[in-house]
Amino acid sequence: MVLAKNATVEVRLPSRLGFEKVAMGTAASVARLMGFSEDRVEDLKTAIAEACINAMEHGNKFDESLPVGVVLTMSDTSLEVKVVDKGPGPDHPIPLPDIDRKMHGDEPPRGLGMFLIQSLVDEVEWVRGAANGGSYMRLVIRLDKAATGQSEQIRNADGN
Amino acid sequence: MQTETKATVDKSVGASGQPVTILRFIGDISSTSREAVLGTYERLPEVDRARILLDFSKVEYINSSGIALIIQMLLEASKSGQIIRAFGLTPHFQKVFTMVGITRYTSIFADEATAKASF
Repeated sequence: MVLAKNATVEVRLPSRLGFEKVAMGTAASVARLMGFSEDRVEDLKTAIAEACINAMEHGNKFDESLPVGVVLTMSDTSLEVKVVDKGPGPDHPIPLPDIDRKMHGDEPPRGLGMFLIQSLVDEVEWVRGAANGGSYMRLVIRLDKAATGQSEQIRNADGN
Repeated sequence: MQTETKATVDKSVGASGQPVTILRFIGDISSTSREAVLGTYERLPEVDRARILLDFSKVEYINSSGIALIIQMLLEASKSGQIIRAFGLTPHFQKVFTMVGITRYTSIFADEATAKASF
C-alpha cells in the first residue's frame, strides 16, 4: 500500500473503559502500514491506551455522551496522535511516580499512566484550550527512534 | 468491551522442595481486574502465600491500573515476608514492568520451569 503523505485516520470513542482497545488496534494497523517495528507498535499501543483512559477518566469524567477523539496523522518520518477530550487538561505538571514510595504505601499504587506515555513515545505535549473547548494530548512516535533519541520531557502549551 | 480477567490457582513445588502457589491469569488486567487479582490473592490460605508465582502467559493487555493492582499485591506480600515472582510476560510488558520499577521488588522469568526452579 502506498501511503498518502500526511494521511489522517480518525476514531471517536465513547468514554467507557475498554474502548481504548479500538484506538490501540487502529493505531497498530496504521503504524504497521508505515513500517514501524513490532516493538515500537507495542510501545505505541500502550501509550495510546493510557492517553485514551486518561481522556475518558480525567477529561470526560466517564460521561459516555462525551467522545474521546483519536486523530492519527502520518508523515514520512513519524506518526502523530492527538487524543482529544472535553476537559480543560491539567493545570500543573503531573508528578513522576515513585515505586519506592508506592511499595511503602506512601503513594497510591495508581498514577503510572502519564509516566508510561512519556517513556514510550518520542514527544508528548498537552494542549489546553483546543478549538472544541476541550484539550488534547499530542504524541509523536518516530520511525527511526535511534536517530532521534529518547522521550522528550512533557510540556504544557496553549492551543488555538 | 474489556476482556474479563479469570484467575485460577495451582499448587506446585519449587526446586528446594518447598510448595509454590501459582496464580494463573487469563484475559486483560485493568481496573476491572481487582477481584481476579487481589481477591484471588487475598483468598489464599495463609499457608499458601509464602511463595507465589504469577502466570501472565495468557494475558495480552495490561494497563497502568492493572499494574497498580500488581503493585498493591506486592506491597501486601512484602508486609508479610511473602515472596512473589512472575513469568510469561511478553517482552513489551517485561520492559514496562522494568520502566515502572516493579522489577526491583520482584523477579520476572521467561517461563514457568525457570520460575519454579528459582524457589
